Amino acid sequence: MFKELKRGILFTIVMMVLLGGGYHVVLWTIGRAVFPSQSEGSLIRRADGTIVGSRLIAQKFTRPEYFQPRPSGVDYNAAATGGTNYGPSNADHLKAVQERLDAVTKQEGVTVGQVPSEMVTASGGGMDPHVPPSAAELQATRVASTRGVPIERVRALIHAHTEPPALGFLGRARVNVLELNLALDETLGAVKAVAGR
Amino acid sequence: MGTEYVAVGFTILFTIATSLLLGRYMFKVFTGQRTLLDPVLFPIERLVLRVTGVNPNEQQDWKQYSVSLLVSNIFMWLATFAIVSIQKVLPLNPDGIANMGPTLSFNTISSFTTNTNLQHYSGETGLSYFSQMFAITFLQFVTAATGVAACIAIIRGLAGNRLTQLGNFYVDLTRATARVFLPLALLVGVILIWQGTPMTFEGAVKATTLEGQEQTIARGVVAPEVSIKQLGTNGGGYFGPNSTHPYENPTPISNFAETWSIAIIPMAMVWTLGYMVGRRRLAVVIFVTMLAVYLPMVTFAVAQEAGGNPAIAALGVDQSTGSMEGKEVRFGAGLSALWAVTTTVTSNGSVNAMHDSLTPLGGLMPLIGMWLNNIFGGVGVGFINMLIFVIVAVFVAGMMIGRTPEFLGKKVEAKEMKLASLALLWHPLAILVGTAIACYVWATTADPGTALAWLKNPGAHGFSEMLYEFTSSAANNGSGFEGLGDNTPFWNMSTGLVMLLSRYIPIIAPLALAGALAAKPASPETAGSLRADSATFGFTLWAVIVILGLLMFMPVAVLGPIAEHLALR
Repeated sequence: MFKELKRGILFTIVMMVLLGGGYHVVLWTIGRAVFPSQSEGSLIRRADGTIVGSRLIAQKFTRPEYFQPRPSGVDYNAAATGGTNYGPSNADHLKAVQERLDAVTKQEGVTVGQVPSEMVTASGGGMDPHVPPSAAELQATRVASTRGVPIERVRALIHAHTEPPALGFLGRARVNVLELNLALDETLGAVKAVAGR
Repeated sequence: MGTEYVAVGFTILFTIATSLLLGRYMFKVFTGQRTLLDPVLFPIERLVLRVTGVNPNEQQDWKQYSVSLLVSNIFMWLATFAIVSIQKVLPLNPDGIANMGPTLSFNTISSFTTNTNLQHYSGETGLSYFSQMFAITFLQFVTAATGVAACIAIIRGLAGNRLTQLGNFYVDLTRATARVFLPLALLVGVILIWQGTPMTFEGAVKATTLEGQEQTIARGVVAPEVSIKQLGTNGGGYFGPNSTHPYENPTPISNFAETWSIAIIPMAMVWTLGYMVGRRRLAVVIFVTMLAVYLPMVTFAVAQEAGGNPAIAALGVDQSTGSMEGKEVRFGAGLSALWAVTTTVTSNGSVNAMHDSLTPLGGLMPLIGMWLNNIFGGVGVGFINMLIFVIVAVFVAGMMIGRTPEFLGKKVEAKEMKLASLALLWHPLAILVGTAIACYVWATTADPGTALAWLKNPGAHGFSEMLYEFTSSAANNGSGFEGLGDNTPFWNMSTGLVMLLSRYIPIIAPLALAGALAAKPASPETAGSLRADSATFGFTLWAVIVILGLLMFMPVAVLGPIAEHLALR
């Protein structure tokens, strides 16, 4: 029995060192050497080095000159992520969807049937960085008019930032909201005065 | 919509094709044959065995094998329990995470030691980097390897002829860890980092958003954990929302790699059995039987999720892309439904969409996957469950045609059937009694909504949340209807106990069964033998799985998901 206990203890120790330590160090080394940007979280930095966010993490946009991401169950808190966990028949859930729907139709000046469901439902992690192209198109008119630029220029940016499904069929076409908004500011100039308040 | 089915079909076919190769590789590893990776991996195996003090030639009977399994698991439990309980003062804690409380530690460590990975905490706020590495990720390797080792020993028992020894637990455990899981985890880990999963020892980063607000972004040693969580049918994520979080699952490519990782070893295990007992046809029969349950479930779930939520359709919203609450744009409804079924028929339990927000019947599929708990199943363990069903099907078929039931030339008698029944009946017992107790507590508490605050959703869906929690614990799955407020002493202790019993009863009883079968002489098959490697037997097995595995759960299915579905229409 003593032999049995000793083997259990020693196995636990050696495997902890090997897997908790060694395995992590190998992947960390490969990551740093080959994929340094991804390893640190795909952060986006301005020219002066300040961090704007991560291209993989949704951030909150409320101003009319920007495209808005999908609703978040955790108000875009990237330090405590999560979904709403609303069941499909929950009255609170349907009320929240209805409120978002009212807000979107009013803000974009569209009818209910034009709103893709992605814009009124919260994502699983509350951090979905993407919207479908139809949801970007929905917002293009507002963004273009707020910025006082022809809608074609905004549409061209949406088009340039639409990622197709991988290999043509894996996953869905999508637009990265933060990258699109950065591109808006870069090519059309940042909006100085806060419009529409 | 068509492309979603193409993506689902491609993922499944690719996984099946590669499982053939891995099944052959695992057969070589566990029978001590040479493989291409030996020059790199064999030294690791030798080192571990030498430090542990194990003689690679030592053989164990089923009792010694079980004792080694339990003792090693007990020390893993104790060591990791200590780590999370004092993580505040340990190194690698850049975000200043506090120690885990006692009932939550009990639940968490029992959960990860049993390969369940039910999580009543949220990773980014509940665990330090040290705990993620040395407690969680460590357990995700060795507990997966424990399941594989037990399965290999049981297969040896089934194949044996007057055999008393089933192998050496520590040799099997080390081989599974160092020569199966480690190389695969490194491969998938690199793919994940390439796609954007972080791997950094630096703490959370503060960003200033385009609109000038501050955003704190949690990150850390994510990629190593995500890769083994998928491969080891563990499922416990680095962040609270698991693989819905863009850091855990950044792109459709990472999603493909992770979906592949869930099913690859459970699928390969079936082929390994075929090689080890020398009957490829038997492996084909079992594999096709599993597919005959899995594929209809996937198709149905995809159709449900792609069909959308009727209550939201009634509001007039464009739901052409399916029900998107709790789902990510980059995956869409189809690949989310595929994952939901795959992660629950295997005992993985990771998610790439929130199961609580699935459509009622879409959410019934994960429940069915866990009730069956043997379609591909957890690494090793699910296949053990399947072997128990094979024994039961052999018995049923033997009774029907009036012959002595035989499997691989050995008589299945009262002792074997008792052990099989024990393993089989524990599962519904734990789920149904557990759920009944929870309902009783809820029903007898005054104003339970505020006093207990367990249920995020009212009515039938709230019942499903409690049912799902015990189902997930008993199936060693770990996914959840996460609307359940589960970090309470009641849920921590009850599900912790269910997880422990539901892990070790279904491992030890089949080991005893394999020990009993191994000792019997194998008589050559004659024209009168019941052939287990025939299509007829496959159909019998399928019927036994569906009838025995599901009928007991029909009443709770009606009370929960089916009632909600009917109310929603």
